[in-house]
Order: sequence, then C-alpha cells, then structure tokens
Amino acid sequence: MRPILLQGHERSLTQIKFNREGDLLFSCSKDLTINVWFSHNGERLGTYEGHNGAVWTIDVDSQSRFMVSGSADNEMRLWSVQTGKCLFVWEFPTAVKHVAFNEDDDQIVCITEQRMGHQGAIRVFNINREGDGTNQSLEPVSLFHPVGSKPTVCAFPYMSGLILTGHESGKVALFDAKTGDEVLNNERAHMDNVTDLQLSADRSYFVTSSKDKTARIHDAKTLRVLKTFSTETPLNSAALAPDQPYVLLGGGQEAMSVTTTSARQGKFETRFWHKVFEEEVGRVKGHFGPVNTIAIHPQGIAYASGGEDGFVRVHHFDESYTKAKPYGDLEIIN
Amino acid sequence: MAAPNGVNGASHDLDEEIDYTDIEEKYQVTLEEGFDNILVVDGLPIVDRSKLDKLLARIAKEFTRKGAAIKVEDITVPWDDAANTSRGFIFVEFRTADEATFALNEVNGLPFGSKHTLWVNRFTDIEKYANLDETYVEPQREEYQSKEHLRAWLADPAGRDQYVTYRGDEVEVRWHGKPSQCEVAYTKPGWTELYVSWSPLGTYLATLHRQGIRLWGGPSWEHQQRFYHPLVRLIDFSPCEQYIVTWSQDPIVLAEKAPQGSQFFSPEDEGNNLAVWDIKTGNLLRTFQSVGPEGEGGRKQMAWPALKWSPDDKFVARVTPGQQISVYELPSMGLQGKKSLKIEGVVDFEWAPHGEKDREDAEKADGTSKAARKVRENMLAYWTPEVTNQPARVTLLNFPGRTILRQKNLFNVTECKLHWQNQADFLCVKVDRHTKTKKSIFCNLEIFGVREKDFPVEVVELKDTVTDFSWEPKGDRFAIVSSNDPNLGNPGPGITIKTDVSFYQLERGKDDFKLLRTLASRTTNTIRWSPRGRHVVLATVGSSSKSELEFWDLDFNVDESGRREGQQKDDWGAGIQQLGVSDHYGVTDVEWDPSGRYLATAASSWTHTLENGYAIWDYRGQEMEKHLLDRFKQFLWRPRPPSLLTKEQKRQIRKNLRDYSRVFDEEDAVEESTVSAELIAYRKRLVDEWNAWRLQTQEEVLAEKRARGSKVDTKHAEDEDREEIEVWIDEVLEQIEEEVVE
Repeated sequence: MRPILLQGHERSLTQIKFNREGDLLFSCSKDLTINVWFSHNGERLGTYEGHNGAVWTIDVDSQSRFMVSGSADNEMRLWSVQTGKCLFVWEFPTAVKHVAFNEDDDQIVCITEQRMGHQGAIRVFNINREGDGTNQSLEPVSLFHPVGSKPTVCAFPYMSGLILTGHESGKVALFDAKTGDEVLNNERAHMDNVTDLQLSADRSYFVTSSKDKTARIHDAKTLRVLKTFSTETPLNSAALAPDQPYVLLGGGQEAMSVTTTSARQGKFETRFWHKVFEEEVGRVKGHFGPVNTIAIHPQGIAYASGGEDGFVRVHHFDESYTKAKPYGDLEIIN
Repeated sequence: MAAPNGVNGASHDLDEEIDYTDIEEKYQVTLEEGFDNILVVDGLPIVDRSKLDKLLARIAKEFTRKGAAIKVEDITVPWDDAANTSRGFIFVEFRTADEATFALNEVNGLPFGSKHTLWVNRFTDIEKYANLDETYVEPQREEYQSKEHLRAWLADPAGRDQYVTYRGDEVEVRWHGKPSQCEVAYTKPGWTELYVSWSPLGTYLATLHRQGIRLWGGPSWEHQQRFYHPLVRLIDFSPCEQYIVTWSQDPIVLAEKAPQGSQFFSPEDEGNNLAVWDIKTGNLLRTFQSVGPEGEGGRKQMAWPALKWSPDDKFVARVTPGQQISVYELPSMGLQGKKSLKIEGVVDFEWAPHGEKDREDAEKADGTSKAARKVRENMLAYWTPEVTNQPARVTLLNFPGRTILRQKNLFNVTECKLHWQNQADFLCVKVDRHTKTKKSIFCNLEIFGVREKDFPVEVVELKDTVTDFSWEPKGDRFAIVSSNDPNLGNPGPGITIKTDVSFYQLERGKDDFKLLRTLASRTTNTIRWSPRGRHVVLATVGSSSKSELEFWDLDFNVDESGRREGQQKDDWGAGIQQLGVSDHYGVTDVEWDPSGRYLATAASSWTHTLENGYAIWDYRGQEMEKHLLDRFKQFLWRPRPPSLLTKEQKRQIRKNLRDYSRVFDEEDAVEESTVSAELIAYRKRLVDEWNAWRLQTQEEVLAEKRARGSKVDTKHAEDEDREEIEVWIDEVLEQIEEEVVE
C-alpha cells in the first residue's frame, strides 16, 4: 500500500511509538514538539507543546492514558494523552535521553545524560495513577549512577526489580532497580554505541541496534546473544514484528556526513530481516536521510519509520505480507 | 779467549737446540703469493726479436686505450729459444687483482689487428684448469619428483571456471559454479604484497612481493618459480607463458654479497629496471633500462607493457620513441639480425595477434604434412607522426622478413591508436585528426583488411571524438564510444560525459563497414565484448554518480545453429537487442569470464572506498551473486588456454547440444533438490532451536508473573478483537453555484 507521509515536524525525528491498540502513533522530534497521529489515515490528532529543547524520547502507557517525554531542556514531562495537557514536570540537571514505562504502567525509568560535571543517572519513578495524574512525587524511588560507559537506552524486562540498559560502549546490562548494582552484563554485546532497544511483546527478549552496523536479539534474562543481523551501515533503530518472524532495521550514513553522500550511498532504507534465519528478506526505500527510529503496529499490520529528514512514513502492509510464506510452512513462536 | 766467549758459545748452542719451527709457522708473514694480479694474454702474433719492442708497445697501448694502463715493463714474454721467436702469449702483471679483473673484462676478445684477437685469462685459472681431474665422475642423479599437473583445473568435472579475489590482505581462489559448487579452491592470507596476476593461459598465478615475483600453480597451489627482482611493480607474461617481464621503479642495485648465478642480477644489470626471465628455468635473460617516463620530463605515463611480445613468443620488441624498434630473438635475447628497425619518428607499434587459423597452420607446419599452407610470418604495425613536410604514416611490416606490406599516408594527425582484431583479420587505426585550425578534433577509422590481397583500407569518418574502440572477438563487427561533450578532456568531480555508442559491421560483398546502430546519449565509457563475440556489455566505469551496465545481444534474431548466414539487407542492424540493464554502484572493473557466459564487475578499494565488492552476472544481466566486502581490491577470472578440440569435434558437440543439455538439466534438478533439502533441514533446526527456547522463556515469564501474584494472567488472556474502522470519504468533485434570477 502507498505509505502515508506524516509531515508535521520541522526537524529530524528522535522517536516514534504506537500505543497498545496501534490506532495512535506518537512522534517526537528535535523541533520541540510531540505529535500524535491516527495511524490508519495519517491525520494529526494533536500536539503536546511545552518542551523547550529537542524532545529525545517518549513512551506511552498501555491504557493510552499517560504519555511521558524526555527532552534536552532537562525536563521529563507527563502528559494526558487525551487532552494534551502537561500533568507533571520533573527537572534534572541534564538532558533526558530515554524514558520507558513498565508493564504495569506504574513505574517510569529514565536516563539523564552525563554532562557538565553531572554524572549520568538512571532514575525510577513511581506513577500515581489515581486522580488526574497531576499528583506525582518529585523524588525517584531509586537513583543510581552506572559506572563506566554511559547508558543510552533502557527498559523494564519481565523480571521484576531489574532494569535493562544499553550503553555507549556496546555493553548491555541488567541493573537492580533498587540498589543500582549491575546484576549481569554482556560487555561485548556490540562493538559500538547501542542506539535502540525494543522488547518483545512479553518482554522476555529484545532487539538492539548499534552503530557497529549490526542488530542483535538477546535473551532478557541471560543477556545471551541469540541472533545477529549484520548490515553495511550504522543502525539507529531495530524493531520486532509481532506476528511475523521479522525484525526491522533502520539506519544509514551518520547524520553528520549525510550532506556529502547521495541517497543511493547513504542506504536510508528500512531492512526486513528474518528473525530466526538471520537473512535479509527485503528493503523499503523512501527516506532521504538516515532512518532514526522505527515502530511497528502492535497487531503487526503496519509499521512507521521516522527519519533524519523530518518525515514519518507509515506503511500499511499489503495482504500478501501476512499471507506470504517465503520460507515454507514453519511454525515460529514469537 | 775461550773463557770470555764461553757465555756466548753456550748461548749459541742453546739457540741451535731450540726448535723454532712452530713459532715460525705461526708468525710467518704470508707473502703475496697469489697470482691474482697476473693475466695471460693469448692470441698474439708470433714475432722475433726485431719486432718484439714494437709489439709490446702496441699491446700496452691497446690496454691503456681500454682504461687498463700498463707499461711495457709489466709484460713478461716467454721466449721460444729454439725458434728464437715469441710463443704467442705473454704475462701481464698488474698492481692489484681488481685492476687485473677490470682489464680482463675490457680487453678479452678485443680484436688485435685484422688477424688476431686477444684472449685474456687469469694466470690462476690456467693453473686451475690444467690441474683439473680428468677422470669423469658421474654426477649424482637427482630423484625425479613428479610435479602436479599445472592445468588440472581444466579437468574439473563440472567444467567450472576459477577466479581470484584479493581483499584486505587475503587472496582467495574460488570456483564459480552452481551455488553448491562455489567453494574456495585455495586461500592464503598475505599471499601477495601488491596485487596478483594470472598468466595469459591461466597456468600460473603470480604474486608480487618486496623481493620479487613468485609463481604458483597446480591443484595444491605449490610454489613453482621465483624471480628475484627487488621492489618489482609491474609484470607482463609472454603470450605462450614462456617468459616474464618485470619492472621496478627503482633501478637495480646489487647488494654486497648478493647471490650469484643465472637466476640473479649481475653487475652488468645495475641501473636497469626492466628484466626478462625464462619462466621454466627461472633464469634471467636480459635487463634493460626502461625508456619513457624520464624521456619527457617525467610527465608522460610509461607505456606498459614496455616490451611487446610476438604472439608465438619468438620475438620481443621495444620501441625507442622517435628512433627505432628493437626486436630481440628468444631465448638468446640477442638483437634479431643484429640491428634494430630504424624508423624515424616512430611512436608506437603492435604485433599482429595469432588467430585460430594461424595457430592451426603453425601446428600443421610443425607436423609432417607438407600440404600445410605457408605459415604466415609475424606482422607488426607501427605509425609515425607528421614531421615538417612528411605526412604521418601507418606501416604494416612482416617480420623477420622486414618487408613492408602496406603503407598508408595520413594527414592532420594528432594521435593514432592501433587496434588489431584478435584473429588478425583486420587492423583498425583510430586516427584522431584535427582541422586545419587545430581547434577541433575528429576521428577517422582506417581499417586494413589484413587477410585480403594488397591489404585494402576502408575508411570510416566520424565527426566526434572516439574515446573507446573495441573489436568483436572472432567477428567482423566493432563498437565505438564517441562523444562531442564539451567537458570531454577536462574531467572534474561530478562531471559525467555524455557519449554515444555505435556498432559497425563489415558488409559482406561490398567490403565496407557500415553502421549497424547508434545508441545515443548515454554515459557509457567502456565496451566489453564477450570473448566469444555476439554479446557486449556497455558500462559506465569510474563515475561517482552513474554506474549502469547494459547487456546487449547483436544476433538476437539469429538461431545459434544457423549463425549469421542469412543476413539480409532488410534486417541490417535488426538483430541488436538489449537483454538487460542493471547497476553496480561504483563499479571500477568489468570483466567477462573466459567462457563468455558470465560477467564480473568489481568496485575496488584502490579507486574508492564506497561499497567495495564484486558481483557476477549472467550474459542477460541477471545478478548471480553479489558480495559487498570492504577493503576489496581485485577480481580476476582465471584465463583458459585455447581449446584442444578440433573443429570437427566442436561441431559434433554443437549438434548433440540437446542431449547434453538434458543431462545438465537433470543435474541441475538434483542439485536444486539437494540444496533445498539441506537448506530446509538447516532452517528446520534453527526454528526448532528457537521454538524450544521460546517455550522455555514463556514458561519463565509465566512463573515470574505468578510469583508476582498479579492479575496479569487474565490480562494476557484477553485477546482483543481487531477494531474495525470505517472511513467515509466524501469527495467533492465539483461545486456549481447557480444563481437563479427571478
């Protein structure tokens, strides 16, 4: 099907997210705004305004009630999805690089950057879901500073009390959410900056993308690398398709050198790889800058990609995508 | 008197008794007892006393003239007292052995008067050879070690071709075949230091190292030969693989204690940088000073190969621009006929290649049959530019007969390029001509019909500049790339020159070349004919923005069996058909495999670092395989020697092609099923592993959730139905407002 081009941002996209039902698509960008769109027709539902810096990250809870965002203005904000109102603001000494809800929507983890003498920190906040959501505690339930390489991405795995992180050095680690102890790590998960980390539906495994041109699937509990997908370009994002055995990888030439390379060389395509066979299945062209972020509709009927070029492209899969069995009749458990 | 002398007497006695021999032996001063500084000069006239002084004076003069100054006093003349004459040889004493060696080298073989020649030997040598043991000792017989068959790869049951790839510092020789047969034949990291090269018939693989060249071959890739030429940069094999030419930027310098022997450089080779070697023995045949780069302010690129081989390996020639062509005979490497071809102003020349016909003739002549036609002599073509009132000239010369076969005068010539068709049926001289004002350049193709009587010349005049010319192998067609782009000649980044590609064919009966078809406004700059003719690939090479490959068939309408027999006038040029277009980004090299079925394209990191790697296509432009490999440098098909089958056998095979192809189809089917069976099994295993792991983790997740005792289980179970969204689209096609006047 023809992709829907969402032209609502003036600068490059930083993250996009579907809500649990997949009818809404949230996008944030360096142009300070957060947009929400109807995923089926690309109509813009509204914007969330208030940040005074590039919005690096967003996450939405499973009930589509709250949305949390982190920005370069050193703030993390909680929003009402429905009204677009800002419900609460947390302020930190440095920029917020990544936020994520837990499975039960009652906790948020966030990463703040290491800058200007401040250490990089991981904080966990409890979310008070009672009332209108404006009554939140300013103090985190836990705060710790991982030593060594700075964390870049984080998430809650299915194991309670643990936080999963990806680091600038390529390390993937599990931290105890209370004490901040490093429970387990895989120093050599990647050779370079981990740029994205997306969990499977049941949070038992996850895919990471990295500047080392590979994406990998890891076991959330043991951090063992299960699958590796090697491409020829630095990767910015990787996502797991829920119904089909595919992973979607996006990336391209570094944003810095984009102006000196043609679209042909930059490889600004979204690649589909078979999750189990580690084979490339196909590519989707379209962006004329690196793909910064990819999200897949929770029902697996569409996916969206946000690029350095400032566009979000929503692709609804054709029927043949779900029907085709290029590898024969093999039952693969997702 | 005795008493006072007693002491002395006693001491004297003591002296007598002591045995000094050991000390004497130890401390004896070794006098100059070597005769290394003495030479024996033989071959002199026998004279009597009266003429002796005159003779000696003359000998001294001869030596001095050669730079080895001697005086008459240094000469000793043995005298035959009985006849009262000299004995015809003399001894000359030099101050040092070095001087003697110098004189030996200079004077030996020098003519002395009209009748005599001076033969100089070392005095020590004479003794040595005189004392030589006369009894014959049978040399130890070396155990015969059978070598591997150097052409074993041709006997591959699947008839596959090989190619070599060079990436990073890893060299790989691979088979090219069906997917299951694409294995690596041999690989060795750090096999070469510069690049690799096949010999022209594919027997050897040459690797270049700091110290020189190594040749490898045989099924286990054993080391075959080595040529010690330090800092070698360029190599060139002779067409029959008997000799190799090496070139190094740095002149040869002999190191102290350099190994001596026929395989190594000797003092005479110092300062040269071009060497010719025998491949089988590894012997150095001759070295040359290369001409060219220093000639014109070092600006001009040296033409390589600097030495051009005749197709039968009998001669090798090199040109001294503006003066002469020197042809050397092999294996002696002496100047053929003791003199070069003196040609005023000669710029360049080319040997005529040997066609299949020539080769057959040569074979017949080698055999006993007398009926064989006379073997055509080697032929070479050269051209000379215009000088003052003499026109430029292209000359066909046969060799070693040295008779001029055909000469053609040309006017307003800027540059000539000689292109032989590979069967030597035609010679095309691409003449870049300028107008009277010398402002614009256009091009003439002067085509010599070499197989015909009197060598008729056909001229094709073109208005544009021709940038590439290429004969169809074994055919009577050629393709040219021409351009009138104003940017031609001043390349800049991002400039892609627009070109036209034209095909010409010989019109039978009329004997002239007629345009078949022109493909206008492309960016093609490279033409690659399949080695079997008919198919041609047009490529845009070395451009940063364009990298198109076009696959063309020139006999599309013609059945393979009735090849080009019924070529009628009305279908002139109608058989040209494009088979496919594809693209290999950043392509730097385009090469057909020896069978003409596949094409390899490579993007080498020697030129740029974007998307290095190689791809193999079939002749229709379908991609067979593509590998993106960073630090990829070189791709080379292994050449094949000419087929050993006779024409009759080939015809037989062509006749039974259908039977063969049935067998091949069956093989392919079997192959496919086994491959897919393997692949399916492999995938099945992967899926099983994955599923097993998933079941286990799902269990763990559930356990975790139960442990938390939360309500999640129920939530997990509730599977939401897909939401149906109905969208109403109102499209206003037209809105007409009507004003109703009442």
